[in-house]
Amino acid sequence: MLLARRLDERYLAMQRQGRIGTFPQASGHEAISMGSVMAINKSDYHVPAYRELVGFLYRGWSIETLLLYWMGYEEGAQVPDGINDLPSCVPVASQLLHATGIAMAMKLKREKNVVLTYIGDGATSEGDFHEALNFASVFSAPVIFICLNNQYAISVPVAKQMKSQTVAQKAIAYGIPGIRVDGNDVLAVYKATCEAVERARNGLGPSLIEGLTYRITPHTTADDPKKYRSIEESNEWLKREPLIRLEKYLMDKKILTKVKKQEMEELIEKKIKDAIDQAPKIIQERDLDNPELMFNYLYDEVPSHLVKQKEELLGYLKQNNKELKLAHNH
Amino acid sequence: MSEMNMAKAINLALHEAMEKDETVIVMGEDVGLDEGVFRITEGLYAKFGENRVLDTPLAESAIMGTAIGMALYGLKPVAEMQFSGFSYYAYHQMEGHAARFRNRTRGKRSCPLVMRAPYGGGIRAIEHHSESREAIYAHTPGLKVVIPSSPRNARALLHSSINDPDAVVFYEPKASYRLFKEEVPDTMETFPIGKAQVLKTGSDITLISYGASLKITLDACEILEEDHNIHCTVVDLLTIVPMDTQTIIESVVKTGKAVVIHEGPRTCGIGAEVVARINEEALLYLDAPVKRVTGFDTPIPFFSKEKFYLPDTGRIISAVKETLAF
Ligand SMILES: Cc1ncc(C[n+]2csc(CCOP(=O)(O)OP(=O)(O)O)c2C)c(N)n1
Repeated sequence: MLLARRLDERYLAMQRQGRIGTFPQASGHEAISMGSVMAINKSDYHVPAYRELVGFLYRGWSIETLLLYWMGYEEGAQVPDGINDLPSCVPVASQLLHATGIAMAMKLKREKNVVLTYIGDGATSEGDFHEALNFASVFSAPVIFICLNNQYAISVPVAKQMKSQTVAQKAIAYGIPGIRVDGNDVLAVYKATCEAVERARNGLGPSLIEGLTYRITPHTTADDPKKYRSIEESNEWLKREPLIRLEKYLMDKKILTKVKKQEMEELIEKKIKDAIDQAPKIIQERDLDNPELMFNYLYDEVPSHLVKQKEELLGYLKQNNKELKLAHNH
Repeated sequence: MSEMNMAKAINLALHEAMEKDETVIVMGEDVGLDEGVFRITEGLYAKFGENRVLDTPLAESAIMGTAIGMALYGLKPVAEMQFSGFSYYAYHQMEGHAARFRNRTRGKRSCPLVMRAPYGGGIRAIEHHSESREAIYAHTPGLKVVIPSSPRNARALLHSSINDPDAVVFYEPKASYRLFKEEVPDTMETFPIGKAQVLKTGSDITLISYGASLKITLDACEILEEDHNIHCTVVDLLTIVPMDTQTIIESVVKTGKAVVIHEGPRTCGIGAEVVARINEEALLYLDAPVKRVTGFDTPIPFFSKEKFYLPDTGRIISAVKETLAF
């Protein structure tokens, strides 16, 4: 969780320097991601939305790979071998149907695996959310829907998004268990997810878990929350954010000490720094700036019209470089 | 006259339209209090209130579906898709209903609405925020497709789109929102939908483009003139459907050569349609095949490779020279 927080903070600094593009900050969502992802096994499937930085790290994605995504490289969505994950999903709610389908396939294959998938509060307004819950319910698919209720969809507060008191209660309409937990309490999320995973594994179908938290950051680096909410409100929630809470708990229980925390911080800083240093080298070594890559992965086999377009682009670039060089020589 | 960028000009048109006609309403995700993620709806919520500027729940199909209902019942909704890349959730409503009501009720029901959507690359955005899929809408009989290229024509064409009796897809080149300023008249003006504009006349070749690619087409035209003594006619389509075939043909008949430029993918793109029309009506006037400078038939890449994907002046100049050397 701390690694994710520090990485998220570093992303922000990098974004400000123009080294990565616009990105949605994950800070404050650590407890929901961590508490839920810890409840599944490696053989289970993880289908994130786009704020599950903790989930990615926990499932074994390297920081370098995650960085590539925000640096504008498809290779950042290239799921590492041996990890049962899908990459980030930007069109909100659409991933829930993929998660449900994977779960249906697991059931058809008579496996004991489950799927864990994520959605924001705002995205529950999309038809895909309701369709996914209904399919999962009808087919008793072993899928757990985690709603990160951070109370805002960009500028729109939950109260304007829905008239239901909770997201969890929507589960009732689909005849599946729904529960709201404190999304800043990693242990509460863990417990609720373990129960849901257990049900799913035992053939009892899907569950919806709503973790109530607060988006303590802007929506993305392009957003200005001053336009739609008060600083007082944000400050109030900042006090309850999950990392401070977990730290206090662990210190009280004497599991964590100031010295240990400091050691962790140093380790994390080094890890992040190394990854950031490494990323440009990976780009160079793997030749990721090569424009050919645009054409090579669209289909299993590159069709002739794309071969032609690729040659057209490469020819143009080659010729242009030549012209540029000539111009320099003169 | 005052100078403004395209974002401001579209905003101005919305203010003017809402002032003039109280059946005009604006709706979409974050268009109210937040004034739109690109600030296109600035000041509207404060001025017209929540009954005419609707911050909707996050659901594109519902936005366009209810906009259709409102249009059927006498309002003129101007609905925003936050990014064109998310309009596909609403495509079913557009194709299945907005595009068809007039025809299938034999004129008894219609959908005078506008679907505004920022489209195109060049802003270092993440996945699904940069595509140009105007061809999907152009391929949908019953929809009109309008794509402005400058502050002045954006404002004028948005007025025309709002006034139009049918459903209009108004695709806004987001990379041009704040790219340059232009004089915009003090009084409200409209430009006819279905009419292209000839921006420059030159006798060597006709360059046909629109929207996001228009600026680079003009830039290429200038370089060709200054550095290569090649004189181009530039046609800005402005409306994709119904396309102004006459203006295209008149110019091609004069120059005998043409290149079409757009950001969207090549296969079944707008360029293919332009070339087909030229073949149908001016084949014998052509001195060379008509080239297409377009995005490739791949999704627009993540932003590190956008520069390779998006047409640029260099690619236009090469295509022009190849056409002239044919
Ligand atoms: C289908 C679709 N429409 C619009 C968007 C643009 N968009 C990105 S995030 C977002 C708000 C999402 O809010 P919520 O579901 O509450 O999740 P949060 O971002 O707060 O975690 C919107 C409107 C999108 N990504 N996908």
